[in-house]
Amino acid sequence: MLFRDALAWIFDLAHYSGRVDIPTHLLDHLRVSGLCILIAVVIAVPIGVAIGHTGKGRGAAILISNVARAVPTLGLLSILILAIGVDLRPIIIVLVILAIPPMLAGTYAGIESVDKQTIDAARAVGMSEWQIIIRVELPLAAPLIIGGLRAMALQVIATLGIASSFAFGGLGIYVINGLNQGDYVQLLAGAILITALALIVDGVLAVVQRFVVPRGVALGRTDPNDHQKRARAPRPRVLQEGMQS
Amino acid sequence: MNWVWIGSNLGLIGGRILEHLALTAPPIVIGLVLSIPLGYWASRSKAARSVLLSLGGILYTIPSIALLVLVPVLLGLAILDPLNLIFALSVYAVAIMVRSAADAFVSVSADVRASATATGFSAWQRFFGVELPLAGPVLLAGIRVVSVSTVSIASVGAITGIEQLGSFFTDAFQRSFLTEAIVGIVSILLIAALYDVILTRIAALLLPWTRKQPAVTASPKVYTEPLGGSL
Repeated sequence: MLFRDALAWIFDLAHYSGRVDIPTHLLDHLRVSGLCILIAVVIAVPIGVAIGHTGKGRGAAILISNVARAVPTLGLLSILILAIGVDLRPIIIVLVILAIPPMLAGTYAGIESVDKQTIDAARAVGMSEWQIIIRVELPLAAPLIIGGLRAMALQVIATLGIASSFAFGGLGIYVINGLNQGDYVQLLAGAILITALALIVDGVLAVVQRFVVPRGVALGRTDPNDHQKRARAPRPRVLQEGMQS
Repeated sequence: MNWVWIGSNLGLIGGRILEHLALTAPPIVIGLVLSIPLGYWASRSKAARSVLLSLGGILYTIPSIALLVLVPVLLGLAILDPLNLIFALSVYAVAIMVRSAADAFVSVSADVRASATATGFSAWQRFFGVELPLAGPVLLAGIRVVSVSTVSIASVGAITGIEQLGSFFTDAFQRSFLTEAIVGIVSILLIAALYDVILTRIAALLLPWTRKQPAVTASPKVYTEPLGGSL
């Protein structure tokens, strides 16, 4: 069976050095992904925090996310490689461009989701705007921000797999070589390796996402299916109005 | 831009646009049709919700280049069969759309459902006459996201040799010919815009009461979901 052959291919020790060299390609994949993720976080998180905190620029952020989804990765890669040259630069630029929208969306959605009354309370006890951002908004937004990071990491790992068709090493190279040589075992092994990497990274980040929920928030968390129940039992109106600043 | 090339290759461009339409329309329809019962189920049962949404999340995590290779092995199709691309895109479409559909049905107020039951609606009448129409705007927001990403992910099929607009990207790289890549990107953006117009027009006909309200845009929540497959 093809699947068993592919697994045997992956676990064949001869493929851990020499021409095939899975560890080197895996490391290449991780190194370039990591670099792009780092650049995108440095760019997108401050902007996302600014949008979420001030409420300004939200429309622009949504527009950017929508347009980014419509642009085909393969097309952007081919254009930038033709414009810049066959090396790592165009690949990193494309990955960063594609990584920014999900990170931005996760960050501003997270900051925006913080209860306005909580922020007012923080302001009332004398916190400065910076203190509110760092000690109230960021911790409460952390799960959604990590959610953005998850989306972005998957996008980067998957796109890098595609970049293998344009002269990048990485794990996608086995799929490309398999296709070119009609070697279905190698092809399938490459697909399994990329999928496993994506699932493992996503799983690790999912655990981190659970871990970063502030303790008090975890206790008050309700199931999404409870929306209706909560909607049907509104808070007393007078109290709500009294709370608004 | 080499306009002469475009002028003399209109037949090729038109053909690939048609291929692209034929490969992307079925997954969008399949995504919507399958996600409605699954999403409804997920909105009614906690267990179904967690199983379906986790499964959708995992499927969506599979990178597109890998899924395109796994599908023919699982289905026993030839690697060049266009059905592989349709199947892979449908998997992604359902995976994203189930969550939107579940949210859509959760957004229907329990009071409204109770009133429909009290007025004597049967379960089927209530579903088609009350719940589905009221879930419409959120379903529309979801399917618009699905349609845009389907049109753009389809181009990855060019790597495994399934001919459509994405083939312009691989050709452009092999021949160092920028014009082809630009033609591909512009055509893909135009198709995405065309589908979006069609979907909003259909929705305006089916959901006339939403017409006066500002257009429903996808909630930011959607973007924070894993998007690994969107490539």
